[in-house]
Amino acid sequence: MRPYALHQPGSLAEALDLLAEHGDEDTHIIAGGTSMVLLMTMGLVQPERVIALRKIPELHGIGTEDDGGLTIGALATHRQLELAPEVRAYAPALSETFGKVATVRIRNQATLGGNLVHADPAQDPPPILIALDASATVRSRSGERTLPVEELFVDYLTTRLQPGEVLTAVHLPPLAPGTRAAYLKFLPRTHDDYATVSVAAALRLDGDGRCEHARVALGGAAGVPLRARVVEDALIGERPTDARIAEAAALVDGIVDPPSDARGSAGYKRRMARVWTERALRSLRDQSAQSDERQ
Amino acid sequence: MTEHTIRLRVNGAPRELTIGSHLRLIDMLRDELGLTGTKEGCSVGVCGACSVLVDGQLLSACLLPAAFVDGAHVTTVEGLAPDDEHLTPLQDAFIRYGGFQCGICTPGQIIAATALLAEQPRPTAEQVREWMTGNLCRCTGYYKIVESILAAAESGTDPVRREDVGVR
Repeated sequence: MRPYALHQPGSLAEALDLLAEHGDEDTHIIAGGTSMVLLMTMGLVQPERVIALRKIPELHGIGTEDDGGLTIGALATHRQLELAPEVRAYAPALSETFGKVATVRIRNQATLGGNLVHADPAQDPPPILIALDASATVRSRSGERTLPVEELFVDYLTTRLQPGEVLTAVHLPPLAPGTRAAYLKFLPRTHDDYATVSVAAALRLDGDGRCEHARVALGGAAGVPLRARVVEDALIGERPTDARIAEAAALVDGIVDPPSDARGSAGYKRRMARVWTERALRSLRDQSAQSDERQ
Repeated sequence: MTEHTIRLRVNGAPRELTIGSHLRLIDMLRDELGLTGTKEGCSVGVCGACSVLVDGQLLSACLLPAAFVDGAHVTTVEGLAPDDEHLTPLQDAFIRYGGFQCGICTPGQIIAATALLAEQPRPTAEQVREWMTGNLCRCTGYYKIVESILAAAESGTDPVRREDVGVR
């Protein structure tokens, strides 16, 4: 690994000043380190200067808002998010998603902010965050902006963040009662692998059994985590029968663009994207129906 | 390059080291402190051979900048046994139940299992298998590893001396 200068600022203001001063390609930010240390060890990233965020108190913490929303500091680890009662209370599927990432050793170290800015389209958190309408808060010395997680990604390992900007938090809006969410990973190899494809979905039915809210997002299916609006639009106002769900899920074929790799050929992943979208939606439909019967 | 002076406890003993900022924890443990029980396998966080406990948390020493353990309590496989005469019940179970073959992955297996039993003293076989997913054994001696961990958990003795490994 090429030697670098390490800064460990103790406040966000100090970190933003450092970034403004050295906001060039030779300066990198490190959060948990699972991706950055790996990239530096392999020589794929060779920074002159690394700014560690770990000592910045403002970036830690997980909190429920008065309105029922959830705010997560960028440095919350996957393991903290897997175990936090606030996350489970917000949506069990969100806890479960973090619990399914890699291994416990990685979950102890990897942070949510690091995960998002690394922008690997096969990662697990982005699809479920997109399905839950999450937004990211980004700060620089000149101010703060918020953008939907869906819009954070430009391409493989590339985000919309500008030099000098730090992703500081993720916010999830309150979840309307009756909304159910799920995240399914297709793992034909090992438990801790990246998914061949993954699907997150959120669904809410009205009193008449028709879809009044639908979100679908896919991982590993393109250069970015992909929101499947065509599928959502095909469901809104409809009764989610098996046939309707199958028709809607088939529409992912027109938007996915998966790479061929060790986890499957592009053609196979394309098929699996449809199959797993259908499974996710059917599972949510069945959960909603069961809860109606109980009432 | 910058150098950092860090103070930490390694296997209970206070240490002060001046290290290059780019040094990984595994380099510091093996090359600076001579603690070669922690092995470097894949170097990318997948194989688990470099598993260590940092303030009781299971981490990959190959993915952690050594500067990040300033002020922390690091436990390696050398720090588990209470003295030269005794092993922990978990280490003992690995011997009694043959939880190793060539041995290269064993320190990481034992550290990972120590973290599991600290958090979940009576895990089910399924919980053991899930937790240990991140520790590869290329001899494929997985059955005996799971058996060893379950035996230690069922031995009725505390398999982990919590205060010594910094487990909260």
